[in-house]
Amino acid sequence: MSQRSFIRVLVAKPGLDGHDRGAKIVARALRDAGMEVIYTGLRQTPEQIVEAALQEDVDVVALSCLSGAHNYLFPKVVELLRQQGGADILVLGGGVIPEEDIPALKQSGVKEIFTPGTTTQAIVEFIRAHAIQK
Amino acid sequence: MLYKNELIQSFLSGDMRALARTVSMVEAGDLQSLQLLAAFAREGKRARLIGITGPPGAGKSTLAAKLAESLLDRGERVALLLIDPSSPFTGGAILGDRIRMHAIAGRSGLYIRSLGSRGSLGGLSRAVPPIVQLLENFGFDAIILETVGTGQAETDVIETVDSVVVVTVPGLGDDVQAMKAGIIEIADVFVVNKADREGAERTARQMEEALKLGPSDVPVLTTIATTGVGVPALISSLDAHYQTMLADGELAKRRERRLRKALHAYAASLVSVRLAEWVEEQLTGHWADIESGRVDIYSCGRRLAEEFQKGR
Amino acid sequence: MEEKKPSERKRSFKNTSNIEIKRVYAAQDVTSDDGAMGLPGEYPFTRGVQPTMYRGRFWTMRQYAGMASAEESNARYRYLLEQGQTGLSVAFDLPTQIGYDSDHPLAQGEIGKVGVAIDSLEDMEVLLQGIPLDKVSTSMTINAPAAVLLAMYMAVAEKQGVSLARLNGTIQNDILKEYAARGTYIFPPAQSMRLITDIFAFCSEQVPEWNTISISGYHIREAGSSAVQEVAFTLSNGIAYVQAALDAGLRVDDFAPRLSFFFNSHVDFFEEIAKFRAARRLWAKIMTERFGAQNPRSQMLRFHTQTGGSTLTAQQPDNNIIRVTLQALAAVLGGTQSLHTNSRDEALALPTEESVRIALRTQQIIAHESGVADVVDPLGGSYYIENLTSSIEKAAAEQIARIDAYGGAVKAIERGVMQRDIQDSAYAWQQQVESKERVVVGVNQFQIRESAPRGLERVDASVGERQKTKLAALRSRRDNVRVQAALASLTQIAASNDNLMPAVLEAVRAYATLGEICDCLRRVFGEYRPEETLT
Repeated sequence: MSQRSFIRVLVAKPGLDGHDRGAKIVARALRDAGMEVIYTGLRQTPEQIVEAALQEDVDVVALSCLSGAHNYLFPKVVELLRQQGGADILVLGGGVIPEEDIPALKQSGVKEIFTPGTTTQAIVEFIRAHAIQK
Repeated sequence: MLYKNELIQSFLSGDMRALARTVSMVEAGDLQSLQLLAAFAREGKRARLIGITGPPGAGKSTLAAKLAESLLDRGERVALLLIDPSSPFTGGAILGDRIRMHAIAGRSGLYIRSLGSRGSLGGLSRAVPPIVQLLENFGFDAIILETVGTGQAETDVIETVDSVVVVTVPGLGDDVQAMKAGIIEIADVFVVNKADREGAERTARQMEEALKLGPSDVPVLTTIATTGVGVPALISSLDAHYQTMLADGELAKRRERRLRKALHAYAASLVSVRLAEWVEEQLTGHWADIESGRVDIYSCGRRLAEEFQKGR
Repeated sequence: MEEKKPSERKRSFKNTSNIEIKRVYAAQDVTSDDGAMGLPGEYPFTRGVQPTMYRGRFWTMRQYAGMASAEESNARYRYLLEQGQTGLSVAFDLPTQIGYDSDHPLAQGEIGKVGVAIDSLEDMEVLLQGIPLDKVSTSMTINAPAAVLLAMYMAVAEKQGVSLARLNGTIQNDILKEYAARGTYIFPPAQSMRLITDIFAFCSEQVPEWNTISISGYHIREAGSSAVQEVAFTLSNGIAYVQAALDAGLRVDDFAPRLSFFFNSHVDFFEEIAKFRAARRLWAKIMTERFGAQNPRSQMLRFHTQTGGSTLTAQQPDNNIIRVTLQALAAVLGGTQSLHTNSRDEALALPTEESVRIALRTQQIIAHESGVADVVDPLGGSYYIENLTSSIEKAAAEQIARIDAYGGAVKAIERGVMQRDIQDSAYAWQQQVESKERVVVGVNQFQIRESAPRGLERVDASVGERQKTKLAALRSRRDNVRVQAALASLTQIAASNDNLMPAVLEAVRAYATLGEICDCLRRVFGEYRPEETLT
């Protein structure tokens, strides 16, 4: 099987949160690190995110949420991905996420959670180390 | 090869996930993966290919979405290929056109795929024809390909479609002048989008004048893609163009030209890979002569090419 | 002749607006233009909007708060008023801000998370229970559905027997920065502007003391802009609102005195002080020269300030108290009319009661102990401050001219101009932090090993279910014939050119829900979807 020479990432804003500064900075940083980034804008439902991820055949789905709805939205995306044949896609989360929520989010299948103060370099390196490239 | 067989089965049963995977494989540029296409061959089934091109900010993807919506509404299955430029330095890209697909997202019979212009090893112009064929085999009635109309690679891509829609907006000034030469050759339908902006009429008239110099009648339409104004007329115009091409044999001619070109490119790429390997092997014996200046690279190259052909 | 430079920490010193900072400023750095700063309370109001400023009355100490349910928020407001806070500031949850009821599918997971969930007048009654509306001033951070929430507030006042003329407060009502930076829009620009001018017209007659808009740079700055961009884009948006009101047939001096502003107070102490002064001067000139405002109150830029949320760090959160202190001091020295100080734990979660108290105490210490409030514009005449004020004013005026060249703020936003500039600044900032060119204490320098913070505020997960139960009960209990009639009339008026406010108020009184009212408007107005994207 052939392998892509680059990593494809869907950067998505689930829920109603309009704070996209972080998502946009991450998208640019991933682009500058040589990745292909699909950005779908604000107010995406988990269903829309999963559809885009599967149609675009991405390696990574990076979710950003600052509204506190992460405990509902992130696991929902993972669950739908698994149901629809996207279990191999690496799911990451970022935002204002309290430390105590992180174990349960990881348990649900989100591979890593990036909290305020994370460098974009750390995110790039994590993706390079963990994405299963297609 | 169980995985591959499963993939073929899923693809043939209409699984979009399998389609998405195969598109990636073909895009990745592994020439072997093109053999998969043989498994998907379907006789008789042909999709209609529509290309949309124009300068950045002309509203191409919004127009593409509206076009797709109209075709979906009349029961067609539609695939959209949205091409964005990649960074020439890192190869990375932000593919943001999907943001404008909100009105059609989630509809059945629709597949949307974003591509980076430099994302494929063999170059976009080499990756697009097999991707288009995959989509055709998958059973789409229409394939809409959207790309920025700058650069040779993009122009090559646009040449792989049946009908080309060239979009511009009022207020680009000199860009319109610069566009004219290229447009006359490739446009089948010309659209002035964002027609609610000042200067739309003037731009349309300028384009009509410019297009008169061309070989055939190219209609100039005005649209407001965000609201859908002018989109029905664009569909009718494209339908009419399609019917004319069907009737006068132009469609068959374009398809033949396109397929021949892709076939040539593919065959050449297969040979060139082998040729490159063979030349590298031979060079070990010749390099000293080249380095010392006894033999120039062109004489050496000619001799190697002759030997390669003899060995066939 | 180039003077030989003794060694300094950096090759050049620049502020967030990329303005070069000299080693020292002297008399020649202040031109006669800067000298035209006048006195406090005098045009062009560089030194403040009133002659006495805080010698008369301190700024309003207004902590933005709202959580989970109306009951819990009401308790927090009463607590803050008991602690000496002088104004309320209501934070709504995202479904409320986007006009969805709590039982809407898109609201799931979001109910009560970033503020209080308000579905109907019933919730508003609970929210304001025991709070005399003729005695407090209330600020509501609500934009796209501002007309509905304002109507609910008025309906509660009616029930309390308080006349509308005595209501005092602010609705944010600034949709343009929602498109540009904050994201809680509902309707397309033209229809949103109509809602805004309807509110201007209605309030100028019925609720004369109400601040009908708070034109906000805060969120533009939070999204990553520089100080100059914050001023320029905010005032450009302001120009668009004034123009829209004039186009709707209003007279400038009838509505302009009720325009208010909302700025960020960020990390660069002097840049921020100069920014507030520059914004005041620039707005006074715009209102006079461009719009011919005669009433001095139309020329005055009055503003609320919030310390910069994005400058808070999750690392060593107690350090945020010091950041907030500096930023609050800058706002006071810049002449703010009201102030929200962020709480130390807000990079981690909603603030606890204790953190909110420390944040409020910070303001009280500045006001009552530091002495800075005893004199007006103490930095006026400082070579550096006056020079920087002029530099920021000039750079912002250039940006405003650029936005004008696009046909104004609405067009520039539709084309993604502001958004792109903001993104570029945000990305540059991030790169400076990652390269350590910009030091963030505790984040990229002076880090320590930390254990996870404890005792963070949590929103009770059951609030969503409770809110939905309440809503279902309301729907079956209310007079649904009256609701339907009110909504039908609202729909009709939305399609006409008549002022929408009376119909919204009637629907609210009938206990039509926020979602039902907004859905009527969605059907007539359509919904906004951004066409600009990331590049």
